[in-house]
Amino acid sequence: MSVSESQKKRPFPIVIVGHVDHGKSTLIGRLLFDTGSLPEGKVEEIKQVSEKRGQTFEWAFLMDALQVERDQGVTVDASHIWFKSKKRPYVIIDAPGHRAFITNMITGAASAEAAIIVVDAEQGICEQTRHHSYLLRFLGFKKILVTVNKMDKIGWDGDKFDALVYDLNEYFSDLGLPLTGIVPISARHGDNIAKKSEKSGWYDGKTLIKAVDDIPRSSQSAGGPFRLPVQDIYKRGDERIIAGRIENGRLKVGDKIRVAPTGEEASIVQFKSWPENAAEISAVAGKSVAVTLDRDLFIDRGHILHLAADKALHSSHRLLVQLYWFGKAPLKEGQNLQLRLGQQETIATIEEIRRSFDIQSLTYGQESELPQHGMGEVVLRCRNRLAFDLASELAETSRGVLLDNDRIAGAVTISESLALADQTVQANITRVKDTVTGLERAEVFGHRGGVLWMTGLSGAGKSTLSMAVQRRLFERGYHVYVLDGDNVRHGLTRDLGFSAKDRSENIRRVAEAAKLIADSGAVVLAAFISPYRADRTMARDIIGEDFREIHVSADISVCEERDPKGLYAKARAGEIEKFTGVSDVYEEPLDADLEIDTGKEDIQTSVDHLISFVQNTYAIDRRKAKSSG
Amino acid sequence: MTDLDELEAESIFILREAYRRFDNIAMLWSIGKDSNVMIRLAQKAFVGRIPFPCAHLDTGKEFPETYAFRDRYAKEWGLNLIADDCPPIEQVDQSLPPASRFAARKSLGLEQAIKNYQFDGIIAGIRRDEQATRAKERVFSPRSPYGAWDFKDQPPEFWGQYTVVKKPGVHVRVHPLLHWTEVDIWRYIEREDIPIVPLYFARDGKRFRSLGEEGITFPVDSSAATIPEIIAELEETRAPERAGRAMDHEAEASFEKLRQSGYM
Repeated sequence: MSVSESQKKRPFPIVIVGHVDHGKSTLIGRLLFDTGSLPEGKVEEIKQVSEKRGQTFEWAFLMDALQVERDQGVTVDASHIWFKSKKRPYVIIDAPGHRAFITNMITGAASAEAAIIVVDAEQGICEQTRHHSYLLRFLGFKKILVTVNKMDKIGWDGDKFDALVYDLNEYFSDLGLPLTGIVPISARHGDNIAKKSEKSGWYDGKTLIKAVDDIPRSSQSAGGPFRLPVQDIYKRGDERIIAGRIENGRLKVGDKIRVAPTGEEASIVQFKSWPENAAEISAVAGKSVAVTLDRDLFIDRGHILHLAADKALHSSHRLLVQLYWFGKAPLKEGQNLQLRLGQQETIATIEEIRRSFDIQSLTYGQESELPQHGMGEVVLRCRNRLAFDLASELAETSRGVLLDNDRIAGAVTISESLALADQTVQANITRVKDTVTGLERAEVFGHRGGVLWMTGLSGAGKSTLSMAVQRRLFERGYHVYVLDGDNVRHGLTRDLGFSAKDRSENIRRVAEAAKLIADSGAVVLAAFISPYRADRTMARDIIGEDFREIHVSADISVCEERDPKGLYAKARAGEIEKFTGVSDVYEEPLDADLEIDTGKEDIQTSVDHLISFVQNTYAIDRRKAKSSG
Repeated sequence: MTDLDELEAESIFILREAYRRFDNIAMLWSIGKDSNVMIRLAQKAFVGRIPFPCAHLDTGKEFPETYAFRDRYAKEWGLNLIADDCPPIEQVDQSLPPASRFAARKSLGLEQAIKNYQFDGIIAGIRRDEQATRAKERVFSPRSPYGAWDFKDQPPEFWGQYTVVKKPGVHVRVHPLLHWTEVDIWRYIEREDIPIVPLYFARDGKRFRSLGEEGITFPVDSSAATIPEIIAELEETRAPERAGRAMDHEAEASFEKLRQSGYM
């Protein structure tokens, strides 16, 4: 079978949307009937049932009957309906009349190639027409067909149709969504569905089926910049295989790539494939690949490979996004949500709802919160630096979702990359009227200041790691300092014991001290068991956005075996009260910025990880440096 | 890329997401045509070595050809095979009709495996075009502690972003073949030369179109003895794929009921 032949056999996925009662179900019933996709005798059967009940036959009854059979009595969810035209098979992704329509429509539409918007000839554009159309645009739809249904109700009046066509064109051009066509039909009577109707002599366009048949199937373009978001790294012996799906462009063996946001470079050695004899030397957008590099770089899930010759991706902690919200409770400023951008994941704070957007009037407003199904322009402040494109540049790497309590509750597309908030460093400096700005310090030291909060059990290796990392960074010219738990207890916090309350005060003082040192431009490694989540959150709040939580996570059995200070032995013997891991709890971090398992990897590997983490995290934002200079 | 390339790439993407996002995941291997395709896709996704166990929910009632196939290829493909016995039929909900009760042993077997091995993710080879209730599925589909499925309140799924729930007792079903059709499966088996149980090919005018256990799965009339003949047959037929599965037809809603209570 040739490629073009096989493509014809694959159902072409479409969604049918539109305002309630504009005729979605009738249209689907008619499409099935006119294309001969129904079981024999089905329509006669339903006609008889309708007559018995004294009702006039409606095509929607057919849909109801099919749904009941298909769904065996349960409420319809995003269901799939298959039919074939003479040209190719179709699958309609449909969720008629369900209260979760929008959720299912988004799910369905995301896998559809084209959309049909059904508009009632008498009523014209209504509320849900606007809502659905806007969502199609937001999802990035380009192939949209409008069909004007119930033409019989306006007596097939060509002038009235032309007036509606004028309105539709105006609306969709305001929306920035070009239409593939507008077809006048009567789904109930079958006019202009499969056959040209003689009632519309003034219409010289296509029938609906012809118009749908003529929509080309899109193939992912191999043009434009190459983007490979990393899904995972597989280790095979000494080999590290980078796995991911190419979202745009093309890659070939020998290409020189750069990793965003770390900026490291390497060349592509090989495409790994299985069976091995099928090895390829290049791949295009849409393909899931596995590649090896000529150098061992620190690469992790979420990083994006691009060609070294291309312009770098944007990289920032702050994003201006267009946001569609479908959470049940309204979205508010200050709220913390999980943001997923491709394979990157971080906590994002809703810093500001700049303006709301009214989908009905296509105008901006000043609502301070977004209700369910609300839309707005929002500033997100993220805990991690993200790499991305803008929606105006590339769809695949400029969009993401927000999760509330593990559930997808919002969709975002990025319109701008914003500079780091002026709030922390600069606001503090104006407060004390400092004569040296944070940026000037950063320029002198070659990096920004910040705090790596090393938490973990006693004996996990916090101090050892911190000291080794300090030495390496110092040799590279870093302004760096270690604040160690045991050392501060000789001075800064010597009046405190190990009760929960004292531990908390200990952490508060240490966090304040760490913040001062970080403000002086230093990278601070704060090595503290800090067993309670609440205390670490407090430290994060005190220190602000340059705080990073590092979980030094050796297993307790490993720590106990090491027992460098003989403390576990004492604790087991009952000589120490409230010893973390033995007689007091250690609450593991739920979303550490980095986890280092010193039980599984050797110290050199752990130090390397931390060094590249520091380099990436506290690099100077050059763009901001220029604009402020 | 051809349409099969696109299907393959999407499934590999899903498998890799699943492996990375869950701590302890397993793939269900029914030894049928679809799950053999899934094995091949996983071999491709993880470059030859499948990094998680493949579980056969064994009722002891498979066809001899099926067992022979399992034992041969588990070894040849180097699978980490789990093939525990499903709980006996006496433990099944007795209100179900007979064949469904038979099938429900598999749900219990799955429940047992999830409990014994603490799986938080289960990869299953179901497809939307097989059966109406499966058409409503998501690629990542969270299940309650008893495997139950709340199809009326499913999270949205788009832009390659899937729902991951990590809570005690909750597992997520992952469906990497959801977007494939029956004909796609056969065309891929042909292209990739994937071995399948010989019962799929017609002998004496009959073949298995959907392969389940002895006693509740029956062959359909067919003369298709090669893959191209099977593909040609599927182009023409209007009969549903699961016509030979007794449990789908016992009573209205019986398959629906099976699925809501945890069947694949």
